Amino acid sequence: MKCRRCRAPAVVDVRRHNAAFCRECFLRHVREQVRRAIDDHDMLQPGDRVLVAISGGKDSLAAWDVLRELGYDADGLYLGLGIGSYSDESSRYAHEYASRHGLTLHSVDLARDYGYDVPGAAVATRRAPCGACGLSKRHLFNEVALERGYDAVATGHNLDDEAAVLLGNVLRWETAYLGRQHPVLPAAEGFVRKIKPLVRLGERETAAYCVLSRIDYIVEECPMAAGNRHLGYKELLNELEDRSPGSKAAFLLGYFERAHSRFAGDAASERAHLRPCPECGAPTTGDICAFCSLRARATVGDEAAVELVARRTARGRSSGRSARRATAPAPPGAPTGAG
Amino acid sequence: MKVVLRNPRREVDVSGPTTVDALLARLELNPESVLVICGDTLVTRDAQLADADVVEIRPVISGGATP
Repeated sequence: MKCRRCRAPAVVDVRRHNAAFCRECFLRHVREQVRRAIDDHDMLQPGDRVLVAISGGKDSLAAWDVLRELGYDADGLYLGLGIGSYSDESSRYAHEYASRHGLTLHSVDLARDYGYDVPGAAVATRRAPCGACGLSKRHLFNEVALERGYDAVATGHNLDDEAAVLLGNVLRWETAYLGRQHPVLPAAEGFVRKIKPLVRLGERETAAYCVLSRIDYIVEECPMAAGNRHLGYKELLNELEDRSPGSKAAFLLGYFERAHSRFAGDAASERAHLRPCPECGAPTTGDICAFCSLRARATVGDEAAVELVARRTARGRSSGRSARRATAPAPPGAPTGAG
Repeated sequence: MKVVLRNPRREVDVSGPTTVDALLARLELNPESVLVICGDTLVTRDAQLADADVVEIRPVISGGATP
């Protein structure tokens, strides 16, 4: 195959675009897709400070890399989930990338800072580990971004992730979730703006971007994700895509263009009932927020953890919000940390 | 050729020459869900693979897609 743009030998094909690209033209293609997503959805304004949620995987590192290439002021946040050697490895990739490029990478560790980890939370709550993991991530990315004054949190959710979530939401007609599923969620009381700049790129493209940019990332799958419902949806969607290239993009991008607005009201009516969590101040519709509830249940029976939670809560109440994260020391020559 | 598969990591021997498309079909892998790396470079679906090549088939699907 030849590169669609320059006719040099191609190294990657993208059937959805009926195209193949050489290395240089592919990297440009990826940056153009991110630029278009940001512009189409008004994700960022000049001068915005972005906190990128970094897992050590291909998507988050690609998101960080492309945002930097496009000139954005982007720092990272790594969340230690306590998933054994998988977490150790993913942390190593995240910190190596930050160190190599002289970037600020904040770090939160669930066990160290909150007294629980994802496997323990899954057992304590009798829920799938992905539920405890996603809940912890959503809460802490938002909290750290608010505390440190970032304008937006960027996540590495790509076209395949979002198409799989959309399929799940449609299968169950989760109308409030459908109303919230969008490449940008504007800031609101207690919520920082959330953006998904990779939403126009499939995960095959983000993986190829990392390989061609020589970004090392954790290839191994999270051991907790085995049997994850969204993995099943992705496999189904990839079967469709193989038979009919472009199906995933038509499904997802068509939803954003033509159907999302029909469900926005369902999400808005849910937001109308939000009030501050008495424990941490995060918006919630419950007596306490889902994160504080999870943390309390996951640390029951562990005296040290209970004491830690009580101390954190007391400090959080006295200061409005607690400052409990560590920021990785910046290497020589690195920009000043975010706060 | 030696073919390295991931998750879990393992190696299989496949006789060449063949194309990337034919190799993936033989291994019953969906081309949408993998990258193929020959030596240290990505290759397209029509690329020819020689019997002496070392090929990595790298999955691209990740499960951390909680909304």
